[in-house]
Amino acid sequence: MSGHSTYQPTNAVAKWFEARLPILGLVHETMVFPTPKNLNYWWTFGGILATFLVLQIITGIILAMHYTPDTGLAFESVEKIMRDVNYGWLLRYAHANGASMFFLAVYIHIFRGLYYGSYKAPRELVWIIGLVIYVAMMATAFMGYLLPWGQMSFWGATVITNFFSAFPIVGDPIVEWLRGGFVVDNPTLVRFFSLHYLLPFILVGLVAMHIWSFHVVGNNNPTGVEVKSVKADTVSFHPYYTIKDSFAIVVFMILYFYLVFYAPNLLGEADNYIKANPLVTPAEIVPEWYFLPFYAILRAVPDKLGGVLLMFASIGVLFLLPWLDTSKVRSATFRPWFRQFFFIFLAVSLGLGYLGGKPAEGGYVLASRILTAYYFAHFLIILPLVGLFETPKKLPESIAKSVLDKQGDSSGDGMVEEKA
Amino acid sequence: MGVKIMIRTLKTMFRSKITATTLALVILSAVNLTPVSAKVEIEFEKQDWSFNGIFGTYDRGALQRGFQVYKEVCAACHSLNLASYRNLSQAGGPEFSEEQVKAIAAEAEVRDGPNDDGEMFDRPGRPSDKFVSPYPNDEAARAANGGALPPDLSLIIKARRDGANYLYSLMTGYGEEPPAGVEVRDGMNYNPFFTGAQIAMPAPLSEEAVEYSDGTKPTVENMSRDVVTFLAWASEPHMEARKTMGFKVLLYLIILAGLLYATTRKLWSRVKH
Repeated sequence: MSGHSTYQPTNAVAKWFEARLPILGLVHETMVFPTPKNLNYWWTFGGILATFLVLQIITGIILAMHYTPDTGLAFESVEKIMRDVNYGWLLRYAHANGASMFFLAVYIHIFRGLYYGSYKAPRELVWIIGLVIYVAMMATAFMGYLLPWGQMSFWGATVITNFFSAFPIVGDPIVEWLRGGFVVDNPTLVRFFSLHYLLPFILVGLVAMHIWSFHVVGNNNPTGVEVKSVKADTVSFHPYYTIKDSFAIVVFMILYFYLVFYAPNLLGEADNYIKANPLVTPAEIVPEWYFLPFYAILRAVPDKLGGVLLMFASIGVLFLLPWLDTSKVRSATFRPWFRQFFFIFLAVSLGLGYLGGKPAEGGYVLASRILTAYYFAHFLIILPLVGLFETPKKLPESIAKSVLDKQGDSSGDGMVEEKA
Repeated sequence: MGVKIMIRTLKTMFRSKITATTLALVILSAVNLTPVSAKVEIEFEKQDWSFNGIFGTYDRGALQRGFQVYKEVCAACHSLNLASYRNLSQAGGPEFSEEQVKAIAAEAEVRDGPNDDGEMFDRPGRPSDKFVSPYPNDEAARAANGGALPPDLSLIIKARRDGANYLYSLMTGYGEEPPAGVEVRDGMNYNPFFTGAQIAMPAPLSEEAVEYSDGTKPTVENMSRDVVTFLAWASEPHMEARKTMGFKVLLYLIILAGLLYATTRKLWSRVKH
């Protein structure tokens, strides 16, 4: 895929610049990058995510101009933004709901990668950098949630920082170090604000590495078959995918702005409109929806340390995925067994999310335990075995061939997302 | 040998109509999801609020009457710390005239200072002042209310699940006899809509607690609906501007999406994909 730049600057300024710092060439290379011509709409979520990162940074920077990270003033300063800052309500609702939409998009993006085997050689690093991005996103969102200094902000941060106290010996010192004191208080708020501002810029760097890494090995595609001929199998990223992605981004924005303008508090907790009070514990402490599956795993284990370890392991196991999946075939389209297990895994993940929002009692706990066990079994038992015993369907010779086959047979496997 | 048979069975199963997905659903539905101590969540009385829905706005008359209820009844104990008197004349709110707002503000006594002699002094309120709290601090509020703290009402509608219906139900939910076996503690009042069904606040509204000037009957239901509308506005003063802008933004995006879809189709018609 990569080679010498084909960029030929025509005007004198561009020539002068290109000879000294080839940034224009880099942009050009990115724009004309040969991209498989069979990417479906599940592949537009990368562009959607990049858009949300930029939107979150822009709204966040302006919000920070009006926000005060001080326990005595934070809650009131957020309300000042909502009431007195020009279009402050728009900025804050766009930022808060933007976080939710960011996670929705990242989950679709991750499950797309799981379905089409985008994590397999030679794309292990694309996958791993992506996971690092996901972890950094979670840290950013978690710290951002403390900033409004509402009841759920305070108690959520208290509960989550308290996880670390489960570790023997080092546990309590870690908790104190994270909080900057024995309890969540002003030092916690100020450091979370500082890091919440810092991490998105680290995310930008990680995203650049993520894109760089797949520009070295090339995009995966719905057939999972590598590009054989640049001419027959690929199109230039621009205009083909810039336009297609733009369409998808705008469609996603319709959902996003519907939430911002007509249901801005739908995904929030009513309790967070009550100022943080260390003396009053809310009836139920629930994390934001995008953390619920992990919350369910945490609570499935009766032992605190065990729960915390299992929760971290549920993300850690994803890092090993490229080596746990023993099948050489990438796309689930050609893996009948894997495809079934993929949808069970999707259902299990959604089920864990549902259970994370329910009280930890009775049947919910039992269900959480079963689903947690299955979550790990999927990676540690099912994937290694399925890869060994499954007979994959015949792969198309090339992307170009698969396109022709699909057009000949409209019920072909190219239309995976409709069958799903 | 056994493993081979197992694999063959599994293979047949996956090829047959009983897919693994259905199998998983069967297993999952077999797990009883009912929690042991199922909490009965009380249903609030659903009202058809003027501010519901995409085109919903605050009923101007209800906002003005609701302000009157707040001022004459609620404000005796409940603060409205995040609102200023000037908000009462802003677009999308009760929209009192600026003269009315000046008069409303002037009724309040605001602690100001220090003056040139270093003394604190009281002066009549101005539109730029925040609503004056009935108590100087939380401790004074508790002391005057038998230990219970009357919450600030600035965000009350957003700070409760289904806030508008909740507050309406709470306001109109007094007067029932507690069911047998429920003992209402001293100084508490029975109200099924409050957490624990016991609330320190006695029934705040009674028939004709205020005198409306526009001919609306001051029934408990009407006053409750009005004060909930007013407090919904206090929680979300820019809701009308938000919904108006949202409509334009969504319309713009839908048209743009249509154009981009057409562009995508046209562009990709050149490529077999």
